[in-house]
Amino acid sequence: MERTIAYVALFAALIAALGFMPRIDLVAGVPITLQSFGVMLAGTVLGARRGALAVLVFVGLIALGLPLLSGGANLWTVLYTPRIGYVIGFPVAAYVTGWLTERLTGLPLGAAAALASIGGGMMALYAIGIPVAAYMNEFTLQETAMGALAFLPGDLVKAGAAGLVTGQLARMRPGAVLSRTT
Amino acid sequence: MLTPTSPVESPYSRWPAGVKLALVAGLGMVIGALSHVALLAMALALVWLTFLPVGRAEAARLPLRLRPLWPFILVIGGWHILRGTPDVGLAVILRMLIMVAAATLLLLTTRFDALLATFSTLFRPFERLGLPVERIALALAMAVRFIPVLSQRAADLALAWRARSARNPRHRLLTPLALSALDEAERSAEALRARSASV
Repeated sequence: MERTIAYVALFAALIAALGFMPRIDLVAGVPITLQSFGVMLAGTVLGARRGALAVLVFVGLIALGLPLLSGGANLWTVLYTPRIGYVIGFPVAAYVTGWLTERLTGLPLGAAAALASIGGGMMALYAIGIPVAAYMNEFTLQETAMGALAFLPGDLVKAGAAGLVTGQLARMRPGAVLSRTT
Repeated sequence: MLTPTSPVESPYSRWPAGVKLALVAGLGMVIGALSHVALLAMALALVWLTFLPVGRAEAARLPLRLRPLWPFILVIGGWHILRGTPDVGLAVILRMLIMVAAATLLLLTTRFDALLATFSTLFRPFERLGLPVERIALALAMAVRFIPVLSQRAADLALAWRARSARNPRHRLLTPLALSALDEAERSAEALRARSASV
């Protein structure tokens, strides 16, 4: 139990710290932030339940007004913006990512984690984020989905990175990658 | 560094956090139901006026605080103009500005620990349903404690990289940063175990 609390708290802090890291400009001036990479990693390393809890603690912190979302926003400042859907989707994304990582046991961990990140950190996240953003902006679903295409390349890179990092962590600290140990 | 609370004492600072939270939530529901642009513009002006008791300086700083919303305003406004629904776009933008302004006022005048206490009280009834409120509060407090630690670790790793290479580190700092989070978690778990059996 102590282990769960500590890992959940530290990963919430890691997601916040990743949000402070400078944005990387990928192709065509679309900035990618590392925050959603942190959400994917919470799932691939901690597994479904603990990963989702870590992201929920992060959402709790921004609900308390801490400016931890990338760009210095908190839950209240994104409440009526298109970003809110993605923030709501974060815990679900981590859960699905962890769930898939726990089950894709036939693959090497790195590959499983990358695939799980695509399934959870991208597909599940978009499934919640796009309809909410469409509703908030009063755009149609198609219009919003077209806009979300801009994030696709960056998110694919992040999913790949999540797979790579998870594989390396498992080699360095086998017992700490909870998605595969418990 | 983290908390946005204003050092200036204002009448709102003495209001209970729960009351302010309820007011902001209520405002959110009201403007969610409004779609008339003139009414929304009036609501925005009213929210701005409520900044005056905190001080003219804060009221004057509000447009500055709303500046990060520009990209959203451009995209939402631009697209709604293109598809011929500028008034809908204006309403969406106004709602966004109102909520950010109201939330800014709430956070300027409410301390982090007061908000945390209010949230704990709000969730207390769920304790009977098995929600571990105490443990969640502990995890929240620990996360707050470790955010500066991990941010500093990220900065140190970047510095160490730059001292050795002219190239951009790109993704190569991610594994060491995640690794230090894992190690820190393991040490904290041990410390928690050593201090209490009841968590």
